[in-house]
Amino acid sequence: MTPGQARLAIALALLLVWEALCRLGAIDRFALIPPSEILWDLGGILFSARMWPAIGKTLGNVAIACAGAVLVGVILGTLIHGWRALRETLDPLFAAYYAIPVYAFYPLFIVIFGLGDVPQILIGFMLGLVAVVVNTINGLDRVPRVLLKTARIHRLGRLATALQVSLPYAVPTIFTGIKLAVAYSFIGVIGAELIMSRTGLGYEIGFAYNNFDNAVMYPLIVLVLAIATSVNALFFLWEKRMLARRRR
Amino acid sequence: MTSPVASLLRTTILIAVLVAAWQLLFAFAGPDALTSPRATALYALQLLTTASFYPHLIETAQAFGVALGIAISCGILIGFALGLYRFAAEVGEPVLVALYSIPKITLYPVVLLAFGIGMPAKIAFGALHGIMPIAIFALGAVRNLNPVYLKAARVMRLPPVRIATRVLLPAAIPEIFTGIRIGFSLTLIGTLLGEMFASQRGLGFLLIQAIGLHNIRLIMALTLLLVVIAVTASAALLAVDRRLRRSAS
Repeated sequence: MTPGQARLAIALALLLVWEALCRLGAIDRFALIPPSEILWDLGGILFSARMWPAIGKTLGNVAIACAGAVLVGVILGTLIHGWRALRETLDPLFAAYYAIPVYAFYPLFIVIFGLGDVPQILIGFMLGLVAVVVNTINGLDRVPRVLLKTARIHRLGRLATALQVSLPYAVPTIFTGIKLAVAYSFIGVIGAELIMSRTGLGYEIGFAYNNFDNAVMYPLIVLVLAIATSVNALFFLWEKRMLARRRR
Repeated sequence: MTSPVASLLRTTILIAVLVAAWQLLFAFAGPDALTSPRATALYALQLLTTASFYPHLIETAQAFGVALGIAISCGILIGFALGLYRFAAEVGEPVLVALYSIPKITLYPVVLLAFGIGMPAKIAFGALHGIMPIAIFALGAVRNLNPVYLKAARVMRLPPVRIATRVLLPAAIPEIFTGIRIGFSLTLIGTLLGEMFASQRGLGFLLIQAIGLHNIRLIMALTLLLVVIAVTASAALLAVDRRLRRSAS
């Protein structure tokens, strides 16, 4: 049995136990509904198109937050890597950054930017940014000096060296940061929607919860988890292919 | 490069720049959006001297302490159990990584339905956030362990529990501690989120209440307190982490 088959078998067994416990009445219907029903309800929700605006809005905001975090993160990381004093000054901030409860800034953003998409995107962006910055710096640290010397012999400028030599070399490490940024943008945007918003998947989940509407709440939760897991799996496969190509 | 005086100086500069940026933002956004650094610090101090504030602080500290305890013990247990068997590690590690990166915040209604509103839900939500990184690091620590240690323990016919406590734990401590450092911040965030949604007490509850009432003074002061507490604790953990790693290598 391969590890993949073992994982699948365990997952199926857990689903069966869950289904059985619900059907036999061991778990209260108000607490949890059986997986088959969740899938059925999810199909109905997706088919009725009623949730499409919320899904589109949340995924769009996650994409903006994530793309922004990656773009700004790589640029900032490259700049900070090149400026030693700045880097040493910012080091303690990076080390402590993820201990800061970023959601605490959410009300502040609402007050400044209004209750639109901007505060939610900003929370996702802030959560993802530092992961990309730190991993970009780490990746640039590992660029062999030979490569940098070769770049200098070819009289490449600083920008050209970064774009053509050091950043491409650092891509695998930066990828770790990108994967984290994807996960963090999901967490940031959906968390912010749950705390306070008027639309989006997080809002719909909170709304269904407040109305004891398990037939909507559980399918939406499963949908969010499925989307997040698939995006992660896609990035994982992409990374694997990239590393395999590099090894050749 | 890392003389204590220089690093102290750099930290001071960093804090000064951050406070200056805050003051600029205040000048730009005005008193309707945020309070100035000075006013916020004063109000935070005033909160700390108010008797009615302490029950909330203690409630959060208790929930966080229990959640962290659960996250550390269960995380190490899961990591060791999977790390000792090659096949189990191959099966389990991708699952742990996937669980680590899913937005656990969407699970809060499930946690609430399972535990009800109050202390247990907060603790569960905090532990849920902290358990995965600790398990992942513990698993990695066991796998990277010099196999001679384990072979020696098996030759001496140590029972599994004593292998774990006498061999694995001491050898893997530096790496596990890194996991605990990351788990610490995630557990804190998890506990606060749990309080925001599922509680009538605690700092998270105060924060969500202040958001609802649009009480900017309280929001800012609480945010400042949380940031100061979190950053101080995390800096202390980082110092211990670095010392452990240095003495291990």
